[in-house]
Amino acid sequence: MFGKIIGWIDDRIPMTRVWNMHIAQYPAPKNFNFWYFFGSLAMLVLVNQILTGIWLTMNFVPSSEGAFASVEYIMRDVEYGWLLRYLHSTGASAFFIVVYLHMFRGMIYGSYQKPRELLWLFGMFIFLALMAEAFMGYLLPWGQMSFWGAQVIISLFGAIPVIGDDLTLWIRGDYVISGATLNRFFALHVIALPLVIVILVFLHIVALHEVGSNNPDGVEIKRKKGSVAEEDKPKFKFHEYYTDKKDIVDAIPFHPYYTVKDIVGVVGFLILFCWVVFFMPAMNGFFLEGPNFEAANPLKTPEHIFPVWYFTPFYAILRAIPDKLIGVAAMGASIVVLALLPWLDRGTVKSVRYRCGFHKWNIAGFVVTFVLLGWVGATPQTDFKTIVSQICTVTYFMFFVLLFVYSKNEKTKPLPERLTK
Amino acid sequence: MSNAPVDNGRRRFLTIATSVVGGVGAAGAAVPFIASWNPSERAKSAGAPVEVDISKLEPGQLIRVEWRGKPVWVVSRTPKMLEQMKAHEGQLRDPASEEPQQPESAANEYRSKRPEIFVAVGICTHLGCSPGFFEGNFSEKVEGTDDGFYCPCHGSKFDMAGRVFQAVPAPLNLEVPPYTFIDDTTIIVGEEEGAA
Amino acid sequence: MMKKLIIGLFALSINVLPAMAAGPSVPLMEAGNDLTDQPSLQRGAKLFMNYCLGCHQMQYQRYERTFRDIGIPTEVGLEQLIFDGSKVGSHITNSIEKDDAAKWFGAAPPDLTLIARVKSPDYIYTYLKSFYKDESRPFGVNNIVFPSVGMPHVLQELQGLPTPITEEVEEHGHTVTKVVRTETDGTGEMSVDEYDQAARDLTNFLEYVGEPSRLESEALGIKVIGFLIILFILAFMLKKEYWRDVH
Repeated sequence: MFGKIIGWIDDRIPMTRVWNMHIAQYPAPKNFNFWYFFGSLAMLVLVNQILTGIWLTMNFVPSSEGAFASVEYIMRDVEYGWLLRYLHSTGASAFFIVVYLHMFRGMIYGSYQKPRELLWLFGMFIFLALMAEAFMGYLLPWGQMSFWGAQVIISLFGAIPVIGDDLTLWIRGDYVISGATLNRFFALHVIALPLVIVILVFLHIVALHEVGSNNPDGVEIKRKKGSVAEEDKPKFKFHEYYTDKKDIVDAIPFHPYYTVKDIVGVVGFLILFCWVVFFMPAMNGFFLEGPNFEAANPLKTPEHIFPVWYFTPFYAILRAIPDKLIGVAAMGASIVVLALLPWLDRGTVKSVRYRCGFHKWNIAGFVVTFVLLGWVGATPQTDFKTIVSQICTVTYFMFFVLLFVYSKNEKTKPLPERLTK
Repeated sequence: MSNAPVDNGRRRFLTIATSVVGGVGAAGAAVPFIASWNPSERAKSAGAPVEVDISKLEPGQLIRVEWRGKPVWVVSRTPKMLEQMKAHEGQLRDPASEEPQQPESAANEYRSKRPEIFVAVGICTHLGCSPGFFEGNFSEKVEGTDDGFYCPCHGSKFDMAGRVFQAVPAPLNLEVPPYTFIDDTTIIVGEEEGAA
Repeated sequence: MMKKLIIGLFALSINVLPAMAAGPSVPLMEAGNDLTDQPSLQRGAKLFMNYCLGCHQMQYQRYERTFRDIGIPTEVGLEQLIFDGSKVGSHITNSIEKDDAAKWFGAAPPDLTLIARVKSPDYIYTYLKSFYKDESRPFGVNNIVFPSVGMPHVLQELQGLPTPITEEVEEHGHTVTKVVRTETDGTGEMSVDEYDQAARDLTNFLEYVGEPSRLESEALGIKVIGFLIILFILAFMLKKEYWRDVH
């Protein structure tokens, strides 16, 4: 009976085929480590954001008069409203944590390198859409930080020569951030950008499954057809789509092996996530900022304004440069340069494990730079911190310059023939 | 790859155990989403019991108050009205109020706590219109009865105890809400005596 | 190695940053309030209704929910804590006009529903204990943590009118005279300890109103995390079992 229903559906849509091709008989390298949890975790957080977001929309009032009060209405009057809201606000920060770690994984194992350039680009577009989504979402509670943060970020567009002022006016739809801005941000935040993100995530996964996953060794598991001896082939069944074109080594089917492994990752992540949601949703003012519990007041700027923590590294680059236009350009460039990574890295060895020693230090330096920029961007400016941010801005871009230079004739370690543990 | 035989029993047990516990978790995660659709504190506050002053209510007069967004009628019935109600019992669907359309304390021939004061939700049990009060001229709808309620939408007819006449679309008598007399001149609509 | 470095840096940044972001230059006293202490919350509510609500509202919080959460029976609350005849389901508001209030005080008195989240419980506690006599101010008082404060010392009948104690302090290379603490003048109804407790009660109440779901959240959180740990163990065993095929 069950088989009959499946058969009936399969005659009409390729359900079983897609399941096998992309899950049950999808060849995944057998040596994924800790860093490979963050893709599935990003997916989990996306689902959380969409669900809690839909539910928040049911009670949120997108108007400058009603927005702040409606958030407090959700927090106080709606049954479990506080939980839905904290899941969403904590989810926003969690999204960036897992995405940053996911991107970092790509960097250390060279997952952006040929043939995964498009995969990386889709990822960068997701990152961009996510930043826009987060920024617009942050305006919605209509608190002081919402208002003034949006004010500052939108003013950045004013740095663009000639059209800058008209552009900011057009984005706001008013002479200041107002109900008009709130309403358009609301529409984009709840419909347009989620749609874009979901489509991009779909393309990201399609691209991934076409080229296959990279792995911590950076050694491809798909070999030339006929080059692998029969006894070296895995004992598992993979879909003909993959085995017809290539011989596959050191792979295991995604399901059940990585599904059960990802469940462990998901539950482990949920423990940390719920700990924040239930016990410290404001995260000492990092996930929910104190001044944002005060309704937006266009006549009074809070003492210190800075963006939420996930924007601060880029914000620090902006602040490091005393010229507005160059600052904005540098901030933009700091993201563009990440997207260009597949072409800036001219190396052929992917994983940090087998690349030159300098590459390790370069990546470590980049991480330190990124964290320092985040710190500087999230705290009140001092003379010392301005210098720190300027040095870090230089080292941020130096990472890419150096990589471009040394990757050309890099002295690498010998690659293993097969995947290591 | 190890050649140890796969322990299928253990594998099946763990798969089922994880699925069941995970399923419980998923069900638990659904609770806040489902519960958030219940009336909020605001809705409850707006739907709180309403105090009605009936000291100025003249015999034969009807006043409307709003309770939970619905019109609630409070009518002072004259002895004549009470008298006529008995006469047309044969034409009613549910003259003895057997359907639970009223609180226990109002489940009597007058469908009220005190015969002269009638309280009901003024919403037709057919499709939710609010019937009109025909004071003194109801006989054009039902012969021999001077007063009653007539629903303009589909012509349902109710007597002075909110009991529905036969051969009209409304299936049930009008609903009597929970209410309490605090004293002779004040009632609270929405709160039953003895219940909090 | 790399992994540990990254995790370490992240942990460090989370721990160090808030300290850096902290605002006021005056050291704050520790409020030491306890959200589970219902008598304290009840006393705090009473203080708020009597001394604060005249000017400050809690426009997002309802009486009924407040009474329920802090253990005040509805009838008692209606009788003793609602002074303007409001219904028990209504918000905790007053009827002063914003414009009038702005005229009297220079600025409209802020809503206090979320004050404990905008500032912090410690800030509120310190603020309540930092009024001092200052004839140069319109209301005859000033405040250490809120210089040029625009409101009178409403708890003066309880605390008395504290005298400022000044000290010479080095600041940016200059020596300035600053009020560092206050001393009671003994005209209040309360002793120093009693007033401290009153300030703590009021702080406690304001922290509760700032986030009324706090205790419910923690109680639920324990259960959720306990459940997740069980699920984690099962999932981990399941993974180990399946991966015997691979290793």
